Amino acid sequence: MKDIKIKTRDLTLYYGANMALNSISLDIPEKEVTAFIGPSGCGKSTFLRTLNRMNDLIDSVRITGEVLVDSVNIYDKQIDVVNLRKKVGMVFQKSNPFAKSIFENVAYGPRINGINKKSDLEGIVESSLQKAFIWEEVKDRLHDSAMGLSGGQQQRMCIARTLAVEPEIILMDEPASALDPISTAKIEELIFELKKDYTIVIVTHNMQQAARVSDLTAFFYLGELIEFGKTRKIFTTPDKKHTEEYITGRFG
Amino acid sequence: MRRQNAITGGLFIGLTAFSAILIIAVIIILLVVIINGGKGTFSWEFLTAFPEDGMMKGGIFPAIYGTVLLVLIMSIAAVPFGAITAVYLTEYARENSIIAQSIRFAVRTLATVPSIIFGLFGLGFFIKFVGTGMDDVFLGGQLKWGQPNILWASFTMALLTLPVVIVSVEEAIRAVPRELREASLALGATKWETIKRIVIPGSRSGIMTGTILAVSRGAGEVAPILFTGAAYYLATLPTSLSDQFMNLGYHIYIMATQSANVDESLSIQFATTMVLLLLTFTLNLAAVIIRSRLRRKAR
Repeated sequence: MKDIKIKTRDLTLYYGANMALNSISLDIPEKEVTAFIGPSGCGKSTFLRTLNRMNDLIDSVRITGEVLVDSVNIYDKQIDVVNLRKKVGMVFQKSNPFAKSIFENVAYGPRINGINKKSDLEGIVESSLQKAFIWEEVKDRLHDSAMGLSGGQQQRMCIARTLAVEPEIILMDEPASALDPISTAKIEELIFELKKDYTIVIVTHNMQQAARVSDLTAFFYLGELIEFGKTRKIFTTPDKKHTEEYITGRFG
Repeated sequence: MRRQNAITGGLFIGLTAFSAILIIAVIIILLVVIINGGKGTFSWEFLTAFPEDGMMKGGIFPAIYGTVLLVLIMSIAAVPFGAITAVYLTEYARENSIIAQSIRFAVRTLATVPSIIFGLFGLGFFIKFVGTGMDDVFLGGQLKWGQPNILWASFTMALLTLPVVIVSVEEAIRAVPRELREASLALGATKWETIKRIVIPGSRSGIMTGTILAVSRGAGEVAPILFTGAAYYLATLPTSLSDQFMNLGYHIYIMATQSANVDESLSIQFATTMVLLLLTFTLNLAAVIIRSRLRRKAR
């Protein structure tokens, strides 16, 4: 068994008076891919966003319980959320390139970390784009607008942008849901490569995708964690009837 | 029943078309009257020369110069201030906090205050209070800032146009997609870095539009500068912030009400109006062009 990278204990989250997550306790191992599945509104994206405190941006959110990253509670008052987000990167559902060049998009994170020397930035940009399997496609137009890339390329560039900050954990919120099958396959291949160096948590609507890319799968339903275990087991012999019904497509 | 519906529908279409045509007609008539009245006087000399013969001859160059200078100083005062307020309202203040609500209330109220009130406020606050105070403290009571000048007029005008700037910058900031802010924050940027590098650059075209709307509003208003700095006639251009200035709108008012012979000065009034319209048209056109350029660049 690998080391545990993220650990949540009785994590409960309210949007105003509505409970969106009910007492979630879950251990996410290092350098593996953990997938969150479940029907829309089950809380899987909300849960993902608690792991780098993106929910902080919403005023009405209230959280109890603990999230430990490397055994440190990230909701502790002393935690610098900016440093946390450098360590726990995030890739979003809709690719969200800045209205800047490809180079400037990827260099954004390093720049805010105070790296301004051109040669340093060039090195980071190239290696990040290579790690995200998009270097060959964009190396001749690094200074063109990122808006000119296709949807799949934009998403891989956004992954490169996340990698440029050198995170340890990458959260992916349905990263391929807006992409065509070929682009999706490329992203999945990329996830497979990235897990050698990073802990990856991915939310997905696509069950085949979860089965293909993940080592562990968590099934959420109505804000509760129903079942969590090895992906192979969840998809073949789940313990709970609910999980089986969802996976076989009887509801959701 | 059907038939009746068709009739009401037809009537409604007719009504909307009539209103649209009416508006266009009013504008066309307005332009035709103005151009007809002014074209005899409008010339290169009219734009570049000083007035002569009790302002019945010559040009209106000082008024053009004064108007441009006025809106320039006004923008320097109003735009940064308005933009910062808008950033505070959209990014920092909680939507329903007492501070945010009172600022919004103040902005709305400011926008409905009649412009002559701004003029009186400028006279009372900038000239009598700030200006006289400055004279007493720095110049030992010698009169320099405690009288109407282009600085106080510009500041007064800035107050008047502040709501326009705040509202349009606010809208522009709100139009920056949440996804972009999240992307920036998720990369470890602080809120301020996100505002500086993503939000403000993303709302540049809105800030620009707000500025130019404010400028074209400021170029046309007369009441706020009536007591705060506009002069009837000046033989020289203003060279210091404590100088008075001539202004296009004020010039039209003067020519229409107090010139030696109002009928004879009619063509000057029309030609001056033409210049004023041309100025605001150009500014609005510039706003449209700059905005579409910035939008294309953002894509």
